[in-house]
Amino acid sequence: MRVTCVVNGETREADDVWPGESLLFVLRERLGLPGAKNACEQGECGSCTVYLDGQPVCACLVAAGQAQGRTVTTVEGLAPGSGEEQLDRVQRAFLATGAVQCGFCTPGLIVAVHDLLARDPAPSDPDIREALAGNLCRCTGYEKIMEAVRLAATS
Amino acid sequence: MSPVVGKPVNRVDGPDKVTGTGRYCGEIVLPGLAYGLIVGAAVANGRVVSIDETAARAAGGVFGIMTHRNTPKVANQPRLIPSLAGQPAPGESFFPMQDDVVHYWGQPVALVVADSEEAAAHAAALLDITYEPGVPVATIADGRASATQAKTLFGGLMPATDERGDVEGALAAAEVTVDATYHFAANHHNPLETSVTTAQWDGDRVTLWDSTMGVRASQLTVASLLGIPLSDVRVITHFVGGGFGSKAMVWPHVTLAAMAARHVGRPVRLALTRPQSFTSNGHREEQEQRITLGAGRDGRLTAIRHRKLSVTSPFDDWAEPATGVSTQIYGCDNYLGDHQLIHGNTMTPTFTRAPGESLGSFTLETAMDRLAYELGMDPIELRIMNHPPVDNHGNPWSSDGMADCLRRGADLFGWAGRDPTPGTRQEGNDLIGTGVAGAGYPVAFMMPVQHARARIFHDGSVVIQTSAQEFGIGVTTSMSQVGADGLGVDMDVLRFEAGDTDLPNTTSAVGSMGATMQSSAVHNAATTLRNDLIAHAVNDGKSPLHGLSPSSVKVADGRMTSTLDPSIGESYADLLQRNRLLDMEALGSWTPPGMDTPHGLLTFGAQFAEVAVDKDLGLVRVRRMTGVFAPGRVLNPKLARSQLLGGMLWGLGQALLEGNQIDRQSGRWALNNLGEYLVPVHADIPDIQVDFVEVEDDVVGPLGVKGVGEVGQVGAAAAIANAVFHATGRRMNELPMTAEVVMNGGGPG
Ligand code: FES
Ligand code: FES
Repeated sequence: MRVTCVVNGETREADDVWPGESLLFVLRERLGLPGAKNACEQGECGSCTVYLDGQPVCACLVAAGQAQGRTVTTVEGLAPGSGEEQLDRVQRAFLATGAVQCGFCTPGLIVAVHDLLARDPAPSDPDIREALAGNLCRCTGYEKIMEAVRLAATS
Repeated sequence: MSPVVGKPVNRVDGPDKVTGTGRYCGEIVLPGLAYGLIVGAAVANGRVVSIDETAARAAGGVFGIMTHRNTPKVANQPRLIPSLAGQPAPGESFFPMQDDVVHYWGQPVALVVADSEEAAAHAAALLDITYEPGVPVATIADGRASATQAKTLFGGLMPATDERGDVEGALAAAEVTVDATYHFAANHHNPLETSVTTAQWDGDRVTLWDSTMGVRASQLTVASLLGIPLSDVRVITHFVGGGFGSKAMVWPHVTLAAMAARHVGRPVRLALTRPQSFTSNGHREEQEQRITLGAGRDGRLTAIRHRKLSVTSPFDDWAEPATGVSTQIYGCDNYLGDHQLIHGNTMTPTFTRAPGESLGSFTLETAMDRLAYELGMDPIELRIMNHPPVDNHGNPWSSDGMADCLRRGADLFGWAGRDPTPGTRQEGNDLIGTGVAGAGYPVAFMMPVQHARARIFHDGSVVIQTSAQEFGIGVTTSMSQVGADGLGVDMDVLRFEAGDTDLPNTTSAVGSMGATMQSSAVHNAATTLRNDLIAHAVNDGKSPLHGLSPSSVKVADGRMTSTLDPSIGESYADLLQRNRLLDMEALGSWTPPGMDTPHGLLTFGAQFAEVAVDKDLGLVRVRRMTGVFAPGRVLNPKLARSQLLGGMLWGLGQALLEGNQIDRQSGRWALNNLGEYLVPVHADIPDIQVDFVEVEDDVVGPLGVKGVGEVGQVGAAAAIANAVFHATGRRMNELPMTAEVVMNGGGPG
């Protein structure tokens, strides 16, 4: 089947999509957007978090067909332009606080934090922990990620 | 001393990661790329009787199917030696699909290559494989009777027994003894990126993009197994999504990817699925440890007997060495440490973060806490009085810091005034307790000579190269700092290149040794180039520095000036351009201290934890942790802190959440996904404090870096267990300390 959707502001088409394919697979393998990561393929790690019509979803759990005619935003589409000054405030905060190690959890976390701050501009620490509990990171010990969220919220 | 080393500069690879543009090894775009999928054995012991490929081949999109019937025979099976040693480093001394015998559940029995991941998975499901199953032995419970004393570990590299004095005599004579036995469930690394290799042949040469902790180890192992020259194997790794030991050794899928690419005549990407990351890249083995301490009433240790029993594969004498810290962190004349092995139906276990010593130290440090209670002594004072100025061979520490870590930690944590009586603090349903543990991790030295190259172009821009790759710890950043300071240039004009076997050789970044090895070689390359450039200038009649002694020239920001008159000088670029030199380069090398170095080599630390234990449900919550470490020179505190914090959280996971067991009937791992194998999440984290004790070390390398990758985890679980005892009055003899363990009084022994 053919899937057409708006990805990061551009209309994109993927042909010969097998009905069993996930949105994550289509983004990564067919549309050349490897930002959203595949780390568990069953909705347990949050590494594949993207926006679907403005709602954060685990792209590994969304069938490609469900994206037909809808709008997808991935980590690649968050920065308004290229260059470090043009990054989104969440991306800048992750860099400044050292919340990135291997970086595999980072794209999903950035989308999740972006969404959290859009809903709640000044989340408390327990709110942050709760909101991000579905995004696993095996490297950082999470503390720096908390710092990044606090910094992004105030910038 | 220097402008950027020691500064918390931001990661240079950060922008690629926050924008999602960095390409990991499973994201390499190649024309005609095919997707491989391993099919693992569905029995743990036995034989493959038949494989019917008809339905799978008819499924569409399939380029090829490999089984033991058509997989090429390996040329040369290297034996298992840790990748640090700079030799071929297979994860196990066994290569699958060479015959029909099945040794462990999940052992590769077929490999399907298709035009998409989905097509490969679909075809794999249609393979009809029948087995003649045998009875598996894969657990301590089933294999105990067959356990044997190991002579050596790691393919003969290490003796398995460490003995001095007369332990039995000293234990019999001891005024106070403590005896405890622990059972530890297996652990899995679960980096967020599962292992993946993309292989592409060009004639006789193969390029592998491999998610490894050591490109050189992959090159050596694959060349040996395929029987082709090293010069025909290139391994490239620019981004790795975490390793924690699972990517330290070279597992069969790496070579299978190369074989598959040759088989189908296209580039092939072969990724382990998440369930396969439980069966196909090693694990921390199920183990039992028993420790017996003897001491005088004054608290001096007189005897330590520390024994480990664990399960390994049929092929390898692998055990995480558990006694490297207990033999030396506290002084004791009578010591016995040894390892017993059960050869069972599992794959060969492997390095898992803080290998060996995380559980070895758990055993020792919880026993020290018991001893402190027996003696009525403060556990910190007991540790400090027993910590010696020399190691078990009588050699002075290259640098110490243990007592300072304990004292600084006690201050930060607020240890003073603690009532040691267990079970006295309660808040609502929660029993509150605090605990402490010492931490130590051996600085490993078994590596070959390390190399790096520094090159400056005539416009003043600089490239520094080593082969060992970034895998998350931040070497790209810290090596840029070291190179910039060594050469005397700004970090902005310097690029650090790594992760490619075509670059000068450095060994795998494992055992906390990546930073030490690379920084030493990079430092030497950069300072050699600096000295060459200065020598050139003072010998150049046209240089304003002509005739000066090299020692009276200093460099900053790429400009050489006279130390006597800073107005006299010129830039590196001026020198090169005037002499019509396009560039200049220097190789730097570093020979690690030998195993016979007359120094004790441990990195020290101290861990503190406060827990709340729900007295009705047995749920343990860690409320705060403090870790203080003495890792020598800290190249970048932002990176080091993050590494240590991550390690402490691994300790928390090991203490409370992470554990797996093999089902005795089927020989299968009970858990194989991130929904059931629990790792710490945001909501689990306590309030964590990390601090450093500064120690200078001129033995471990020119910069005095001892490494931070492992020591953050060591002692963390013990501090938590000691806190649980303080809260509840019950000793936990099992990890993880799940609610069942806590409610049922702590497990065996
Ligand atoms: S890959 Fe989608 S949640 Fe893990
Ligand atoms: S940075 Fe590696 S998993 Fe989060």
